[in-house]
Amino acid sequence: MSEKFDVIVVGAGPAGTSCAYTAAKNGLKVLLIERGEYPGSKNVMGGILYRKQLEEIIPEFWKEAPIERPVVEQRFWFLDKESMITTSYKGLEWAKEPYNNFTVLRAKFDKWFADKAVEQGALLINETVATECIVEDGKVVGVRTDRPDGDVYADVVVLADGVNSLLAKQLGFHKEWKPNEVALTVMEVLKLPSKTINERFNVKDGQGVSVEIFGDATHGILGTGFLYTNKDSVNIGVGTTLSGMMKKKLKPYELLEHVKQHPMIQPYIEGSETQEYLAHLIPEGGFNSVPKLVGNGVIVTGDAAQFVNAIHREGSNMAMSSGKIAAETIVKAKETGDFSEKTLDSYRTEIYDSFIGKDLKKYKDAAHTFEENPQYFQEYVPLMNQAMNTFFTVDGTPKWEKQKKIIAKMTAGRGKIGLAKDMYKAWKAVK
Amino acid sequence: MNILVCIKQVPDTKIIKVNPKTNTLDRSSAPAILNPYDAHAVEEAVRLREIHGGKVIVLSMGPPQARNAIRKCVEIGADEGYLISDRRFAGADTLATSYALFKAIEKLQHEQGIDLVLCGKHAIDGDTGQVGPGIARRMEIPPLTNVIKVEEVDLEGGKLKVRRKIENGYELIQSSLPCLLTVEKEINEVAYSPLPNMLRAARYEPTVWTVDDLDDVDIKQLGLKGSPTIVGKMWPPEKSSGAEMIEGEAKEQVEKLLAITLEKRELFGVKGGEK
Repeated sequence: MSEKFDVIVVGAGPAGTSCAYTAAKNGLKVLLIERGEYPGSKNVMGGILYRKQLEEIIPEFWKEAPIERPVVEQRFWFLDKESMITTSYKGLEWAKEPYNNFTVLRAKFDKWFADKAVEQGALLINETVATECIVEDGKVVGVRTDRPDGDVYADVVVLADGVNSLLAKQLGFHKEWKPNEVALTVMEVLKLPSKTINERFNVKDGQGVSVEIFGDATHGILGTGFLYTNKDSVNIGVGTTLSGMMKKKLKPYELLEHVKQHPMIQPYIEGSETQEYLAHLIPEGGFNSVPKLVGNGVIVTGDAAQFVNAIHREGSNMAMSSGKIAAETIVKAKETGDFSEKTLDSYRTEIYDSFIGKDLKKYKDAAHTFEENPQYFQEYVPLMNQAMNTFFTVDGTPKWEKQKKIIAKMTAGRGKIGLAKDMYKAWKAVK
Repeated sequence: MNILVCIKQVPDTKIIKVNPKTNTLDRSSAPAILNPYDAHAVEEAVRLREIHGGKVIVLSMGPPQARNAIRKCVEIGADEGYLISDRRFAGADTLATSYALFKAIEKLQHEQGIDLVLCGKHAIDGDTGQVGPGIARRMEIPPLTNVIKVEEVDLEGGKLKVRRKIENGYELIQSSLPCLLTVEKEINEVAYSPLPNMLRAARYEPTVWTVDDLDDVDIKQLGLKGSPTIVGKMWPPEKSSGAEMIEGEAKEQVEKLLAITLEKRELFGVKGGEK
């Protein structure tokens, strides 16, 4: 006596919950299956939540969602061993409605978000693993779970089962990801009194800072470090491509320890107590790694679909939008009762017409360019730091000579033409 | 056979933090879970129902969010769940709690008949183990604590036989029905719930009763007013310290240990100062 739903959503992260919320709100009978003890218990991201895409799903969500701090300042640090060049933008308009983005702790946020979907009528079950899609006559008609009597049926199954998406792989939508298609992020939540955070980051209560860290944070591997302020903790972490970490024979925790011990970073976290240690794979293959998105009775969303913009560290917002678009597609299909690949394919076209497809396309070569040309992180960041040092150290050398020295240094490695080529390549990759 | 199981939602004491100033539990620091012993009680009730028929009714007292603990019981296989929830129950010690639960059981007994009451051995947040026997006393039925096995149930004869864990073994006891059992974890393994139970639990809304839904309640025996317990002082157990780690190769360790032992004169009946 297996039950049938309109939609089964596998995975209660940002993509799955957005889909369940939107579908339930439109009157569909929705089952949301989560493998963790509760939604969020297994979910990891750096910690930045973007306003726009969630607001399209739940207007004025910030009034009730468990957010940590609205981000009022974005800092960028270019690190060398004992120095850094910084750039930042701080705007107090971001401390007011409608805000720009927020820091969140996923364990709290995802639980709240899933509760909102339940309020809309979605049925949520936890601690249940969807082990495979049930396929009949070339159509996905439901999922098999790891529980006794575990089959459950639906018109459409939405795969929001995260980066590894075993179900999409089972359907042959993608192969095992290659090490350069996934990044590994390791992070810690460090407890610090809010007063200390305010002082160290120069903010008030209700104001947060995000710091993106380039260069020495990752030992020159393609990737970035980050430091985000919560209410009374900070998230510190580092993400690099798996391939880079393998090449340098680095262990993830060693890399994180390196970031935490870095003399430019350590003072910000001094005296803190580790509250949580988290690690997760991030799909960063970009445009070229997006798997097959639609099949008969099935749609792939979020991380499972490689919807991550690594350059702008956006992912949860793309996940939410893709979940919403998936739900809207199914609502439309429900009107005709046709859930074939042909009908559901409007999901794919809508994704590619949205910011998701456009941004993924814009940066389709960026990660690969930076990975194949390690000089950007390994050489230019230290060179920039040395140039600043040369220019600002007052030692009686005339400025004109200093400039000559700097230019000589910058071009020593790769020559003037090499440098120009690198700049052009970088520009082309992100243009 | 209708079996009533008393359950409690508790903070997960594996991860809960103690407020260093007040020495009270910081309940916000840990998620609320179904008391693990109670899960075994529900599982046992479900197994007995499979054999003897009837239904498994779950009862709890607590704030509205305790409904989630009841849903967990429905996942395990309980048929019905009742929550008594009212500000007037708040602040109850074990005496007032067993009174409140007893009043609810009386009502259920009257409405549907109860043949057996099960409780977990104790709740992991208080560790008193008093509420179960307290209920039995008020119901005037035998309490059998620390049960590790239900040997047999003779419904027609109105009796059952159980194994109770005692200090150096177990004892076999026969009791008349109805009676109340408090169960140890080793009584069973909580089964991985089938999917239909999960779906039913996700939809399940327990019946919530306030004081006014119960009959002939003596308000003075409820909540803080009905609780004679006075907490004099709370302190965390002293952390043992000063342990010395002996490291190195096995041979080195033995030598070091021997040297330390030989230095401890009191071990050899030599008083300080004597040679």
